[in-house]
Amino acid sequence: MNPIRKVALVGNPNAGKSALFNALTGARQKIANYPGVTVERKAGRADLPSGAPIELIDLPGSYGLDATSPDEMVTRKVVLGEFAGEARPDIVVLVLDAANLEQHLVFAQEIIEQGLPTLVALNMVDLAERDGLTLDPVALAHALGVPVVPTVAVRRRGLAELLAAIEAVEPAANIHSEERQVGHITLPERRLAAHNIARAAIISESGVHRLHAGLDRLLLHPWIGPLILFALLFVMFQAVFAWASPFMDALEAGAAALSQAVTSTMPAGFLRDFLTEGVISGVGSVVVFLPQIVILFAFILVMEASGYMARAAFLMDRLMAGVGLSGRSFIPLLSSFACAIPGIMATRSIADPKDRLTTILIAPLMTCSARLPVYAVIIGAFIPARSAGWGIGLQGLVLFVLYLAGILGAMAAALVLRRSVTKGTASGFIMELPRYQMPRLRDIAIGLWQRSWIFLRRAGTIIFSVTIVLWLLLTFPRAAPGEDQVDASAAGQMANGLAVVVEPIGFNRDIALALIPAMAAREVAVASLATTYAVSGSDDDETAAGLVPQLQARWSLPTALAFLAWFVFAPQCLSTIAVARRETNGWKWPAFMLAYLFALAYVFAGITYWSALALGL
Amino acid sequence: MVMTLESLPRGHSARITAIAWDRLAPDEGQRLRAVGIDTGAEVTMAHRGVFGGRDPIAVTIGRMTIALRRAHAAAMQIEPLARGNL
Repeated sequence: MNPIRKVALVGNPNAGKSALFNALTGARQKIANYPGVTVERKAGRADLPSGAPIELIDLPGSYGLDATSPDEMVTRKVVLGEFAGEARPDIVVLVLDAANLEQHLVFAQEIIEQGLPTLVALNMVDLAERDGLTLDPVALAHALGVPVVPTVAVRRRGLAELLAAIEAVEPAANIHSEERQVGHITLPERRLAAHNIARAAIISESGVHRLHAGLDRLLLHPWIGPLILFALLFVMFQAVFAWASPFMDALEAGAAALSQAVTSTMPAGFLRDFLTEGVISGVGSVVVFLPQIVILFAFILVMEASGYMARAAFLMDRLMAGVGLSGRSFIPLLSSFACAIPGIMATRSIADPKDRLTTILIAPLMTCSARLPVYAVIIGAFIPARSAGWGIGLQGLVLFVLYLAGILGAMAAALVLRRSVTKGTASGFIMELPRYQMPRLRDIAIGLWQRSWIFLRRAGTIIFSVTIVLWLLLTFPRAAPGEDQVDASAAGQMANGLAVVVEPIGFNRDIALALIPAMAAREVAVASLATTYAVSGSDDDETAAGLVPQLQARWSLPTALAFLAWFVFAPQCLSTIAVARRETNGWKWPAFMLAYLFALAYVFAGITYWSALALGL
Repeated sequence: MVMTLESLPRGHSARITAIAWDRLAPDEGQRLRAVGIDTGAEVTMAHRGVFGGRDPIAVTIGRMTIALRRAHAAAMQIEPLARGNL
């Protein structure tokens, strides 16, 4: 029996590789990281016409084998068979954008020279035709010496033909690249060859893509363009809060009903308390934020799939240049509003190492969705729901200020870092602006499903176990009659030690207690406050009343404001630190990140607390 | 007088006659060559600047649109082509 053959999709950025990958594998994909680097490895299964399965891998888009970014390095090493822990592919499917044929043929020649069995998916032939470009696949196959299959991945056209062509590929004779005599071909020679091959394949050509040029004239207009971008970002953040709330209310009601059902069906005792106070109250308070994460990622995925994200980078380049970064940093930073982890991983497309490092260091300052639970609860409890004038709600205004504080903090940090620890030449900005494309619902749905799954897995593992450990630490040792349970517990004892350190910035013992497990994930702060007050609640009525009245009774306003200021800056998330360690290959930069962010958090929480006291709040 | 790509008005086309590679970072030069911006390439200025500033710029080459900075464009000597030669 033959082992499963491994087929790699290779091509330039924006050739439609991911769409082809999605079309061929459907939901049967596995996303993991390549060993040693955090470049995402997307692999999936597809079936050949004979029924035999193949393993497909989607390699990062690349302009050539001379890699300049960590992303392109993965493609280079896998194609050359130099990647430890990743076998060389048996077959390469070169994905070429039919409408950009001449450009894409430069890299294509380089891949074909490697001698692996190769076939070409001439993708997006429909868009090429819309642009007035008719191609002859037979002539192209003749010129390149490999089979060519026209495809339209997003419309699932040509997929069966492509799979049949993969099946027809003869297994390679043993290839040893060192044995083959490859003369050194220069880039201009390749480009000339690409020009000639493209000319041979183009049957007719007329006009240029008027639609795209027209859209760009509007969306990249020096004044209108940025206004459209800011309007879009405004709508995006509005949507995250407004559209999500019915779903969040439903999830909250579901958790309450579940807790109620457990209480009424189970006998009172240890297990029942564990389920209601520990599991449901802890994990439930985090899962509630799934709708917001889905909405935020939906916007980001649509912006990416439509080609607008590169325009956003173009428009933001000038602002980013002001703090020593480039427009390329905008995409990772925007993703960091959902979560710093995909944000930090997205920095791998930044070629300049100093730029990339700076972006990684400031990414945690973007207000990620994990901070929302904390902000939402504290604002709900302490900021009155009244108007601040001009129809703007005071609660929304405070939330906006918190986001702004994070952004301004990040910009200031970038400015200082680029002049000190990450000093270097001013970074450049070179980026292809891909053609506009209608995003396909299916691709967006697959992306959303993957992001939601990662979030839920996190809630189900890290947050679940941390909540349980905290509940156990809070429940044992048992308090003597008349003594407060939290005071007596192991967690309470630990928090007393930490409370001494955070007292000067207005934090009480309960906050100290919440800060420890919040290192696992920020949103656990809410879960642990909920668990703490649920455990210390003297009767069931108090527990059932929920977290907000408890907070109002136990915290002063300056303390609440200081707590918010702390969360703007504090690097309260071990997963982010772990990703930063992998991305920077060592502990030096994550340690630096922890130190400077904690210092900022402590100082700003202190300033907030003492200013609020001085103002008599 | 030698004209550089930096001074090409929007909508105008030009052929790149020489590039001062030493004025570009090595990987930037490589990245520009990878997208086809090299001696002999014909480009059209598509967009210049944001918010009243003059950076960044975007040129079309073939059917691709490439964003870059003025500092890069200043290192490229050009000869203008007749207008409308898209």
